[in-house]
Amino acid sequence: MSVSDSLRVAFFEECEDLLMRMGEGLRRIPDEAQRNELETIHDVFRAVHSIKGGAGAFGLTVLVGFAHAFETVLDLMRSGNLHPDPATMHTLIRAYDVLSDLVAAARDGREAPEALSHLLLELDVLAEGASAPEDDEAALAFEPMKIDIFPLSGASEPTPEAGGFTIDLETSAALFAAGHEPLALFLALGELGRATITADLSDVPPLTYLDLSRPRLRWHLELETAAPETEVLSIFGFVDDLARVTVKPLQAAGGLDASGEEQPSGDTAQRQRFETVPSPARLAEVTPRTPATPAPAVLPAMTTIRVSLDRVDRLINQIGELVIMEAMLSQAISFAGLSKDDDISGSLEGIKQLAAKIQESVMAIRAQPLKSLFQRMERITREAADATQKQVRLEVFGETTEVDKTVIERLVDPLTHMIRNSVDHGIETAEQRRSAGKPAEGVITLSAAHRSGRVVIEVTDDGAGINRTKVREIAEERGLIPPAAQLSTTEIDNLLFLPGFSSKAEVSALSGRGVGLDVVRREIQSLGGRVSIQSNPGQGTGFTIALPLTLAVLEGMLIGVGKETMILPISAIIETLRPHESEIHCLGRSGRVIAKRGEMIPIIDLAQSFGFAPTDDDQRQVLILVECDSGRRAALAADQIFDQRQVVIKSLEDNYGTVPGISAATILGDGRIALIVDPEEIVQRAVADTKTLPLAVNG
Amino acid sequence: MTIRILAIDDSPTMRGLVAAALEPSGFDLHLAEDGIAGLDILDKADPHLVITDINMPRLDGFGVIEGVRASASHASVPILVLTTESGSDLKDRARRAGATGWIVKPFDDSRLIQTINRVLGL
Amino acid sequence: MQQMILQNAADQSDYVCFRIGEQDYCIDIEVVREIRGWTPATVLPHSPRYVTGVINLRGSVVAVVDLAARLGIGKTEPTPRHVVIIVAFGNQIVGLLADVVSDILGIDEAAMKPVPDVASDGAAAFISKVIALEDGRMLRKLDLAAVLPGKDQEAT
Repeated sequence: MSVSDSLRVAFFEECEDLLMRMGEGLRRIPDEAQRNELETIHDVFRAVHSIKGGAGAFGLTVLVGFAHAFETVLDLMRSGNLHPDPATMHTLIRAYDVLSDLVAAARDGREAPEALSHLLLELDVLAEGASAPEDDEAALAFEPMKIDIFPLSGASEPTPEAGGFTIDLETSAALFAAGHEPLALFLALGELGRATITADLSDVPPLTYLDLSRPRLRWHLELETAAPETEVLSIFGFVDDLARVTVKPLQAAGGLDASGEEQPSGDTAQRQRFETVPSPARLAEVTPRTPATPAPAVLPAMTTIRVSLDRVDRLINQIGELVIMEAMLSQAISFAGLSKDDDISGSLEGIKQLAAKIQESVMAIRAQPLKSLFQRMERITREAADATQKQVRLEVFGETTEVDKTVIERLVDPLTHMIRNSVDHGIETAEQRRSAGKPAEGVITLSAAHRSGRVVIEVTDDGAGINRTKVREIAEERGLIPPAAQLSTTEIDNLLFLPGFSSKAEVSALSGRGVGLDVVRREIQSLGGRVSIQSNPGQGTGFTIALPLTLAVLEGMLIGVGKETMILPISAIIETLRPHESEIHCLGRSGRVIAKRGEMIPIIDLAQSFGFAPTDDDQRQVLILVECDSGRRAALAADQIFDQRQVVIKSLEDNYGTVPGISAATILGDGRIALIVDPEEIVQRAVADTKTLPLAVNG
Repeated sequence: MTIRILAIDDSPTMRGLVAAALEPSGFDLHLAEDGIAGLDILDKADPHLVITDINMPRLDGFGVIEGVRASASHASVPILVLTTESGSDLKDRARRAGATGWIVKPFDDSRLIQTINRVLGL
Repeated sequence: MQQMILQNAADQSDYVCFRIGEQDYCIDIEVVREIRGWTPATVLPHSPRYVTGVINLRGSVVAVVDLAARLGIGKTEPTPRHVVIIVAFGNQIVGLLADVVSDILGIDEAAMKPVPDVASDGAAAFISKVIALEDGRMLRKLDLAAVLPGKDQEAT
């Protein structure tokens, strides 16, 4: 990556951080007491300012323009000319949303968001409505670096033939105090042509009386140059009122003062400058500015480092290998008959525990708080509320709960669906709510917590709850359930997770494609988690997502399928059975079911499913009862059950691709690869193959 | 002799841009992320020139100018302020505070170098 | 895709040469990660016939392509004397099952000739260039993109 490319990447990373701080800051402003509020406003201002600065460097003009308008309003606010009342904050938060979009659009090379011009207008209105700001000359134009030009009235531009200028320079203490160097000025002038410099020492008192803090040096230069006056003046651009500079066109011919002392004066000046530094306390011409009280950082400085995800992944892989190696060592030791040795088994145990701890620590590196995700959901809620013209607010809890980074990214879509669903279908309109005795503003609660080895995320609304009659009707209408089916309330609620289900005939203002909750369920499942739904009519609906804490390790059951060894995730297993022949019944041509506590559960032969050579001996078969998230149950037929163990998940997709019915692979203690079965997929495929699948049937 | 420059800006992107502009020309860059950090390393960095942003947390550009001018060792070091505003008000304030000159963002790499060269007499 | 080829002074590149049956093949050494002896692979259900299975490569799960099967020459009955050439292609790591590795040759760009229009050779689809060796043998440069299984492949 070229330097400028990596700088651009770094800039957008910085924008991410800045936008997050801005979001937090904007949220806090209305709540804070007077003093803290000011600090926060400063912080938010600086964030926009930094974004503007960087954007300018990369030529992102639309972004610069919007950031500037935003910054102007914030500047008015921090100088006290604009009050953060609710309406103003409302606009600012919308502007913040647009800014985030703009940054993303700039990064991805997309079009600016539509809301841009609208918000720009609103920001301008705010700015105009504010009381007259002290600083009228806030910059509006951005040009590449300019050097200020010292205006000199009456001087005409000499024609190139004129030949040059005389320049008289009288210094002051302030000039040196401000870090200027006459020598530097002379050298710059010298670049323009031929310069003869004379020092006027008439004002220099004898050394004993020399007040080194008040240099009284004058120089007279004669510069032969074809350069125009503006260029000569530009050299003194910074000097301005720190020295007296007089520039006059050189009279042609005539006398050049030939005092011939080239640079000794310069040297003297130089020597003077380095030997005696005038005490800054007596800078006559500098008015001390009232220093701003150094504001304590409102948001704590983060002591963190940025690490590339690749490195962390590599580390995780290596730890995974360590765990495998340890298992291999363990097995080898046991085969060698050494496991009885206390020393060896003790050390081995030590290594095992250490490896486990290291693995935990490394996984924790990738763990990040859900805060940024929740912040994003706040915005989704705002937009959804606007689109449906309802009043809804989002309350978050447990945003510091940490979750693996990739999981966070993959939660964005499911959570967005759920929140939009809540706003669209769950929360009633303001009037409906009022007539139901509820406050006009609906509340969606988003919470996260670690609970018994899992991360539990809940999305609850205080809306109308699921209309179970309607849901049932629609399900029957679409043939999703047989008409006479008796369903519990939970089962009815779970119908919402069926593909293609939508309880609004017309496409809602939000969902557009009518994306169903089945997609959500599938996405959560692909993370190794489960999602369930609860509802109380009139009171609200809630979704509960449970995710495993780590993605990399799985508790699995080692089974034999044909000649192969495979792994079944324990989380899906209800129980294992060695059925008696009489318990197995035939259904249709080749289907088999087992009767269990009044339920007929379909049997799926794993070896057959995977195309392995079937075993002839049915007698030895073992049945493993699994339950899918949808509540569907099946009995997977395998040849053997070996043991239960923790396995490190190895992706197949990285190097190969997807395999139907298989979620991933693992490496066993002896180095062999065992494939990890995906019970959901197996069951779904079996269902797709057979036409009917009996649900729980009584009797 | 290698010229040492101390650049102070709270935006990592801006620090990166300044470094990218100056290091290839042989300048020795020292970077700091705000005024306090900048003043902390002033002695160690021993710069020939300081470039500072104005808007920074903890201590802003004006504080930096004040601090540098008040230091025992580097009181006359040239200071250039980086600013997005080209209005003369800010420049006046900067000049009154003791800045040597200014650079407007976004800056052209070669103009930045030219300004530095001019101020240092290189 | 960018091809990074180590250029020697004479515009030469190094190639790993190997045999499948009676035929000689080669691939750019840049893509070769290592060469291993054959070890049994774990079968992948529903995989194409030319994928023998997956092996454990120091903790990574890597698929093995039976080149003979892929090229339509036959099906390899692997023994510990066969070799698996581990290649990195794009961001995939794949193993190629061959009979034996014969050589590492530096071959001039100029010596690479286009594949002659010989019909009925199914393998031609997987060859990008041919080289006539001094000893009369014909060396075929393998087209990895054509050989390797794409991701998300659901075969019969």
